[in-house]
Amino acid sequence: MPQLTFQKYLVLAGITVFSTAGDSLLARGMKDLAGISLHHPSGLLLAVLNPWVTAGILLLLAFFVCYMSALSWADLTYVLPATSLAYVLVALIGHFQLHEVISPTRWLGIALIAAGVGFVAAGPSVTPSRQPRDTDRDTLSPEVRS
Amino acid sequence: MNEVHAWAAIGLIILASTTGDVLLSYSMKRVGDVTDLWRQRGLLAVAARVLATPTFALGLMAMAVAFYSLLFGLSWGNLSLVVPASASLTFVANAVAARIFLHERVGRRRWIAALLVAGGVVLMAL
Repeated sequence: MPQLTFQKYLVLAGITVFSTAGDSLLARGMKDLAGISLHHPSGLLLAVLNPWVTAGILLLLAFFVCYMSALSWADLTYVLPATSLAYVLVALIGHFQLHEVISPTRWLGIALIAAGVGFVAAGPSVTPSRQPRDTDRDTLSPEVRS
Repeated sequence: MNEVHAWAAIGLIILASTTGDVLLSYSMKRVGDVTDLWRQRGLLAVAARVLATPTFALGLMAMAVAFYSLLFGLSWGNLSLVVPASASLTFVANAVAARIFLHERVGRRRWIAALLVAGGVVLMAL
């Protein structure tokens, strides 16, 4: 199994951080522009002029670059759970920075997502079908752990 | 009636974003490891190679369709229905599609992960 380098873990972290930050900035910017309707699409063009929206779009571009980079060396089913960590990050930022109350159901949701990401991250990052390797088999066999 | 529209939009979002993810993943696998390519040929070579891959443009178009379906879905249905339903089902649909079209080995580990994440997304949106 190809071991992920530190640099590649940084790219995976970039997916989570940039998408979270980008979405938050976009949401913040759209609040300034409340009332854009689908009937006046020109409003969407003007939205780009809002500094929050501009910053959000730049960060989402950074997210996309990280995402594409990750997909060039890891499976889609490996990278996608990493993107879901963004939901967890948003909730934790809300809780610790903005002192939002997180309900027990949401904590359970956070735990499930984190567990899912852990499950995938502990396995191989890429399972190429074209050049099968013996070591890839450990995705299928039940783990002999602890 | 709005309910039907909302679910139609959710179905379209799932279909389009799964198609997009599979096409983008397929394109990037054809481009190859970009970190190696970057080191050897430079950033411009990476960009040129990605943009020259026809499936990449198709993938982007599918993502755009998914994005606009989400906008329309939000105008018909509740935020609390459309977002979690489409996000969580997309995780499961992607696992199925990656196995069929990308021949990824979606082992027990990844099935469990897809289901856990999908369930977690629903709970977080409640």
